[in-house]
Amino acid sequence: MMWPFNLMGNTFRHGIHPHDFKELTRHIAIQRMPFPDRVVLPLSQHTGAPSVPVVKVGDKVFRGQMIARPGGFVSSALHASMTGTIVAMDLLPHPSGRLVESMVIERDPLSPQTLFREHATDWELLSPKDLLTMISNGGFVGLGGAAFPTHVKLSVPEGKKASFLIVNGVECEPYLTSDHRQMLESIDDIILGIRVTRKVLDVERIYIGIESNKEDAIELLAKNIPADLNCQVIPLKVKYPQGAEKMLTEAVLNKEIPSGKLPIDIEVIINNVGTVAGIGRMMITGQPLIERVVTVTGPGINRPANLLIPIGTPLNEVLDYCGGLKDTTRQILFGGPMMGAPQLQLDVPVMKGTSGILCLTEEDVFDREEYPCIRCLRCVDACPVSLNPSLLGALAIKRHYEEMLDYHILDCMECGSCSYVCPSNIPLVQRFRVAKGLNRERMAKKAAQTKSA
Amino acid sequence: MSWFSAILFLAGLSTILAIILALANQKLKVFEDPRIEAVTDMLPGANCGACGFPGCRAFSEKVVAGIKLPGDCPVGGQDTADTIADYLGIDPGSSVKRVARLLCAGGTDVAAQAGMYDGYPSCRAAAAVVGGSKACVYGCLGLADCKDVCDFDAIHMGPTGLPVVDEEKCTSCGDCVEICPKNLFEIMPINRHLIVQCKSLLEGDRALETCQVACTGCGKCAADAPEGLIDIRNNLAVINEKMLNLQTEMATLRCPTGAIVWLDEEKPSDPQDVFSLLNQG
Repeated sequence: MMWPFNLMGNTFRHGIHPHDFKELTRHIAIQRMPFPDRVVLPLSQHTGAPSVPVVKVGDKVFRGQMIARPGGFVSSALHASMTGTIVAMDLLPHPSGRLVESMVIERDPLSPQTLFREHATDWELLSPKDLLTMISNGGFVGLGGAAFPTHVKLSVPEGKKASFLIVNGVECEPYLTSDHRQMLESIDDIILGIRVTRKVLDVERIYIGIESNKEDAIELLAKNIPADLNCQVIPLKVKYPQGAEKMLTEAVLNKEIPSGKLPIDIEVIINNVGTVAGIGRMMITGQPLIERVVTVTGPGINRPANLLIPIGTPLNEVLDYCGGLKDTTRQILFGGPMMGAPQLQLDVPVMKGTSGILCLTEEDVFDREEYPCIRCLRCVDACPVSLNPSLLGALAIKRHYEEMLDYHILDCMECGSCSYVCPSNIPLVQRFRVAKGLNRERMAKKAAQTKSA
Repeated sequence: MSWFSAILFLAGLSTILAIILALANQKLKVFEDPRIEAVTDMLPGANCGACGFPGCRAFSEKVVAGIKLPGDCPVGGQDTADTIADYLGIDPGSSVKRVARLLCAGGTDVAAQAGMYDGYPSCRAAAAVVGGSKACVYGCLGLADCKDVCDFDAIHMGPTGLPVVDEEKCTSCGDCVEICPKNLFEIMPINRHLIVQCKSLLEGDRALETCQVACTGCGKCAADAPEGLIDIRNNLAVINEKMLNLQTEMATLRCPTGAIVWLDEEKPSDPQDVFSLLNQG
C-alpha cells in the first residue's frame, strides 16, 4: 500500500509545491462573528437544482428553520441563519457573478438567536435511512468548496458498494486554515460525525488524510480517535492539489479513479472534515448547516482570522469585522489563491461553499506577459490527472475544441497547476475552462437534438 | 536477358490490372447526377453548415433532390439562389438575407464597470471567472470572442467596445451566437427593423444603475405598438416574431432609455447614434 520511499508521508503523482502562507492564521483560534443586520441567502449555493422557498416575504423565521426545500434529488435544503423577518426575495448578486434568486432576512434585534429545534432525537436509535434523511434535511453540502450535496454523496447507488471512507483534512490550497482549526477545536464533533457517516455507509475502513504541515492536528487526531472506530490518520506529503478527490484517493489508498468515474466506482467515499464535523454537531444540537468556518486572510486584510460566520453574511460586514482592507488591496477571492473566485462586489454573501476570503495586494496580483510555448513540458509534469496541457493549449488557441475531447479535456479539474508552473506565463487553465464550457454546451445541445428527433 | 524478362513481366502485369480496372469501371459504375456537382460549384463553398447540412455538397444533393430550395442557403443570397434556380428550372424560394445582430447597446460610455478584469482576454474566460467586469451581468463584455470566431471578417470591435456586425459580409452562420457567453447575438432577417437591444432582466432603477440604455420594462413601447407585438416579460420588452409584419417605428419613440430601436437604412445602425438621435428628438 505504501510508496517505496515514504519519508514525508504518502502522496500522489505529479502536482506542485506552492508556498502555503498558512502561518498568517494557523495559530488563531476560531472566533464567532456577531450576527449581521441582514443576511442574503441565495437559493443556489450548491451543485444541482436550486432550492424551492417554503416561506414568503414578511414571514418571521427562526434561526435554524428550513426556509427552502430541496428542488430535486441533487439539491439541498436551506435554513435561516438567524432569527428575523424575510424582507425580500429578489435577484441579487451571487459570488459566481450571476444574479441569483435570493432571500434576505433582517435580524430581529430583540431575539436571543437561540436555535429553532423541532424535536430532539438520539441518533443511535435511528436507522441509516433516517440518518440520511436527517442529513438531507440539514442542508449539508461538501464544505471544501464544490458544495456537492452530502446526502447525494452518501446515497450509494444500486449495485455499488462503499468500503472506504476518506475524511478530507488535506486543505491543500495555500492560505486556508479553516479545516485545520476545526480539526484542532472540534475533534469530538468530527469523531461523532465519522460514527454517523459510518453507520449510514457501513464502510470497512476509515482514513483521515492530513497534510504533514498540520502536525498538531495529525497528532491530536491520532491520539484521540477511539480504537473501535477502525480509523487511521494518514499523514500526507505537502503538495497541491492533494485535496481533490482523485488525488486524495491515490495518496491514501494508492488507487487511481479511472477517467470519467467517481470515487464510488472504486468503493471510496470522500467527505470534507468540516462537513463531517457539521454532521456530528447536528446529532447533538440539532443545528443544520447555518454557519461555517471561514478563513479571512491574505496580505490585504488588517486582522486575519478564522471566523465562524452565519451563512449569508455580506462580504463587507466580514471585512469590517476583520479591521477592514488595506489601501493596497487589489483583489478579493472567495476560496484559495489557486482555485478561488475573484469578487466584483462587496455585498455578495458568504455561502455554504466559501472556505476562505483572501485579500491580495498589488504586489501579489500582477500581469505577466505571455510568451510562446517552449515545450519544456513542466505542465505535463505538474498535471495531477496526467493530461498534456501543452498540447491542449495549442489546440485551444486554434479552437479545435472537439479534438480536445480526444485528449480528455473533460478530466481537467481546473486546479491551475499547469498555469502555475508555465515559464512562458501561458493562461492554460483559463483556455481549458473556455474549451470545457463550449464542449459541454455542444454536448447538451446534441443530446437535446437527438432527444427531440 | 534478365532485363527483358523483367519488362515482359511488368508489361503483362499492367495489362492484366488494366483489364480488371476496366471491367470494374463498367461493373461497379454508380450513376451520379451531374447537376449535384454543378450546383455545388454555384454555391458559395463556405461549408459553414448554416443551412443545417454538413457542407455545401450535402446541401446541393438536397436541392437537386427537391427537398430544399436554393434560397435556403443563407450565405449565397438572392443572386446565388436565382442562378441555381435558373439552372435547375425550379423556384428559387424566398431568400431574405439573415444577419446576426447584437442585443446589447451598453458600450463603455453608457454601461458602468464594476471591476477590472486583466486576465486572459476572452469573453468566455472572463464570464467563467465572475461573469466579467461589467456591472450589468447580462451585457456584452467586449473582449471580442465573436470577432475572433467569425470566419467571414464580418465582426469588428466598435469604439465603445461593442462588436459591430458588417451586414454585407455576415452570412448568418451562427458561430457568434454559439461563442457569446451572454447569448447576445440573434440571427434575424435583415428586413426586421424593430429590435430590443437589451437583455437585462432587472427592473427599472436597478437596470438603469448598471447601464443608461437598459430596458427597464416600463411598457411604453408595448402600449404604442399594435396589440400583441410587444410583451413585457421579466422586466424586458420581448417582440413577437410572428407579428413582425406589423412592426412600426411608433413603438420606439417614447422609450425613455433608447433600448428599443428602429433600424433603417437611412439611419445609422450604430446603437450609440440612434440613442443620440432619439435624445435630440
